[in-house]
Amino acid sequence: MSLNADYTDRIPNNVDLRGDRRLQRALEAWQPRFMQWWRDLGPDLIARDVYLRTAISADRDGWAHFGHLPLEEYRWGIFLADREPDRRIPFGEHMGTEAWQQVPGEYRADLQRLLVVQGDTEPASVEQQRLLGFTAPSLYDLRNLFQVNVEEGRHLWAMVYLLHAFFGREGREQAEELLMRHSGSVDAPRILGAFNEPTRDWLAFFMFTYFTDRDGKFQLGTLAESGFDPLSRTCRFMLREEAHHMMVGTTGIDRVVRRTADLMREHDTDDIKRYGGIPLDIVQRYLNFHYSVSLDLFGGERSTNVANYFTAGLKGRWQEERRGDDHRLTDATAVVDVVVGGRIEQTAIPALTALNQDLRSEYFTDCNHGVRRWNRILEEAGVDQKLSLPHHGFNRRVGAFAGSSVTPGGALVDADAWARQQAEWLPTADDFDYVHSLMKPVFEPGRMAAWIAPPATGINGQPVDYEYVHLT
Amino acid sequence: MALETAEKVATTDDAAPAVSFATDPTRYAHWHLSIDGVVATLTMDVDEHLGLRPGYAMKLNSYDLGVDIELHDAVQRLRFEHPEVACVIITSAKDRCFSAGANIGMLAQATHPWKVNFCKFTNETRLEIEDATANSGQTYIAAVNGAAAGGGYELALACDEILLIDDGSSAVSLPELPLLAVLPATGGLTRLGDKRHVRRDLADVFVTKSEGVKAPTALRWGLVDAAIARGQFDESVSARAASIAAQRSRPKAAPGVVLEPLAVSFGKDGIAYDHVSAVLDRSAGVVTLTIAGPADEAPNDAHEARSLGCKFWPLAVARELDDLILNLRTNELTLGTWVIRTAGDMRGVLDHDRFMLEHRETDWFVNEVELLVKRVLKRLDVTSRSLLASIEPGSCFGGLLLELALVCDEQFMLDGRMEDDERSAVIVVTESNLGVYPMGNALSRLESRFFGRASELDAVRVAVGDPLDAAAASELGLVTVIPDAIDWEDELRIALEQRTSFSPDALTAMEASLRFVGPETMESKIFGRLTAWQNWIFSRPNAIGPAGALRRYGSGQRAELSRERV
Ligand SMILES: [Fe+2]
Ligand SMILES: [Fe+2]
Repeated sequence: MSLNADYTDRIPNNVDLRGDRRLQRALEAWQPRFMQWWRDLGPDLIARDVYLRTAISADRDGWAHFGHLPLEEYRWGIFLADREPDRRIPFGEHMGTEAWQQVPGEYRADLQRLLVVQGDTEPASVEQQRLLGFTAPSLYDLRNLFQVNVEEGRHLWAMVYLLHAFFGREGREQAEELLMRHSGSVDAPRILGAFNEPTRDWLAFFMFTYFTDRDGKFQLGTLAESGFDPLSRTCRFMLREEAHHMMVGTTGIDRVVRRTADLMREHDTDDIKRYGGIPLDIVQRYLNFHYSVSLDLFGGERSTNVANYFTAGLKGRWQEERRGDDHRLTDATAVVDVVVGGRIEQTAIPALTALNQDLRSEYFTDCNHGVRRWNRILEEAGVDQKLSLPHHGFNRRVGAFAGSSVTPGGALVDADAWARQQAEWLPTADDFDYVHSLMKPVFEPGRMAAWIAPPATGINGQPVDYEYVHLT
Repeated sequence: MALETAEKVATTDDAAPAVSFATDPTRYAHWHLSIDGVVATLTMDVDEHLGLRPGYAMKLNSYDLGVDIELHDAVQRLRFEHPEVACVIITSAKDRCFSAGANIGMLAQATHPWKVNFCKFTNETRLEIEDATANSGQTYIAAVNGAAAGGGYELALACDEILLIDDGSSAVSLPELPLLAVLPATGGLTRLGDKRHVRRDLADVFVTKSEGVKAPTALRWGLVDAAIARGQFDESVSARAASIAAQRSRPKAAPGVVLEPLAVSFGKDGIAYDHVSAVLDRSAGVVTLTIAGPADEAPNDAHEARSLGCKFWPLAVARELDDLILNLRTNELTLGTWVIRTAGDMRGVLDHDRFMLEHRETDWFVNEVELLVKRVLKRLDVTSRSLLASIEPGSCFGGLLLELALVCDEQFMLDGRMEDDERSAVIVVTESNLGVYPMGNALSRLESRFFGRASELDAVRVAVGDPLDAAAASELGLVTVIPDAIDWEDELRIALEQRTSFSPDALTAMEASLRFVGPETMESKIFGRLTAWQNWIFSRPNAIGPAGALRRYGSGQRAELSRERV
């Protein structure tokens, strides 16, 4: 197994593609379809070249290489984290046995489903974000958008590699279909509802990369524990890229909040619209929306599928190996929320069926770090308002709270009362119009749109006013 | 159909049945019925919280008996109340989901008899759908607008055409075997080959592939009739329904006949409708069912019959008997022997019988009544109870009512007279007994009875219209035993005591085997082969043992399967 990428191949990889003619042919047949998809549904704004990070090897240092290149020449490739010698399945009923290097026939359908659902989200987000380039608040941000886009494309490659390498003819068909479904398409929409709405503005983009990409991080984290070793290694590598996407979200919101705080202090008012900033209550409403729809992506409080995946050894828990229990959970119980008779209560269910909830609470803790960080920015600027995460029952369509009306504070109210206050909690048409009105491109190196503060540092040691993107 | 909504049926609360089959569209919890000219749409929208029993949530349009009771009611009502409807669309109100099939939580917690009864009823309802398509001029099409798994796809299979949405993700599947270690139990395996002519090897792939197949493959394999892009789906379904409706000949403007709620009273030891009653002898394990002949003259013409509506005697009797059968079958498991009696004026029965024969081909309403009688008789044919006919003086087993005696496993007829009674028992064979009410094997009950004995059947044909006393009936082979007045009570008592002493399981199996002679049909295979195999699986540890697939389902723990082939 060569750990460094083989750039002499048409498809850079560290999986010894040359040694597997069948797989190489399959992926080479898929490659032009991917390129066609990229041209049709990738970023609409065409840049001459972009300062991009490219994965070139899977070892911990120097896995990335920086340089200007046209997006189409990005080397989408296949990289897996290094193989751990003698890796054992860390949980479930096969715990302690050797990790699988091939797909066990019994779990083919389940594994394929997991890959297809994960794989479907990767190109979906590229499609959702395709128009954003036209309104980028700076070249620095435009570059980050493109970086995220090409890497989501690479994540698609990662899933397609697994489908091609391990799932035969059907895997190849599924890989084709990943390119046939399109975000928002009437005829063939993406699998998960949240991936069918366009990302309408840059505030939404930062929220998406903070909250929704973070769901991706946690899903990948559970798959990184998988007993199916190639999936585990694939996801471990993807997680490194995912961390960068979330940094784009975190620092993006940092900068919005900083700019808002500065304007509030400077003009001594909350109403900073006339100074071209985004008022804090709009930021909070965007946050409420993106956080709540991202919570839905974790699935219902009670899930049989996730229990089956765990028992089978396909999908573990977040940081499975650090958990102090028996990693089988056959007799364990866990407490989940239920809504009964107009009240939110807790009920104990088999821990296996409560794993979505387990992952969601890890996610909550992680999301809270960002909120604390933004509140520190507000505090340092002398603004005493705070941002907060809404209650986990707020605005949910999936799971125990679906059909119930929960306020951001966590009170269960009737549907009419909720609808009357909705405009305080979720972005309104006016909010969207206002944010939209701010979306004017700023393509001069080093300059920022008025609604966002400059970043503290540039990319890869370059100055902020570096020409990250050469437009045509 | 929660239990609380059964109040109209029960007049004495304490004896109300555990499960009631009475409902109407205003009370549906899980379906919407809408009618637009000649096209009706039945939209499945299961309320996950309103299961018939506590302990499971019916997510993704999964269903239990309560959901199917409403479907049965809707199918029945459409035929009588909406004769103008020529095409019925079955579809789903859920996003990207047609139906996930029978609810697994419900199956996992259900007793064996409950599962078997549930499957039987759902099978009967699917066959009602096919009967409406074949004989009532109401063609059912399935607009599968999302994933259809297991019983969800089987519901679609009961329709004449299956239109599947082609959205790149919706699939049809029968995942029972790989996921639950049981069979698709509502006719799926049979219909794949017998109805849709899916190649056997492809069917094998299909039923072992838990995720199923999506539109293009489903179309190629013959699992569906059309794969329609999402953007055109609704429009294509409407267009298809309109074109089917245009080809069917329904009485466009005929007003329908409303099926009013049945009047019934439940007592501790009895159930009484207007024409049908049952006496429950719990200590003996016997129910005596008595069906009363008509009180009124037969109508003069079809118009008069329609204006009688649900008071028209054959319709009233059929509805009451149907409800009684369902009640007893579901709620009285230990009453294993049913004695079937009739009481009333033979002339009135024969007048109605003749009326039905005269108008069956020309009047939609009479045709519907006949089809309902046929289905009720079929329900009796597949009922797992010993059925004995008691033919006494004052009974009226003639024509369509004679079918009730022929359904039975044995017929007892009194020879001669009872003390202090002028009358003697007679039966009358009519044209109705010669093919109007076929069994599931497509033969009449007389053809089944005299299978391979053409000359005996011919002799019965010659006797059409004659009042036959016990000796004559016995001579013709129409009855089993003909005790005289001295022996009658003892004979009947001993027969019942003996019957109830046998193993109920063995009796059920034996009776089901003997009732259906001769050729197989799709229907007889569903109730015979498929059901028997499924019921066997339902009692095996691999499905229902503590570590079986059905029990473990939802726990996240994998089933432990015995590797032994039986
Ligand atoms: Fe990704
Ligand atoms: Fe990402």
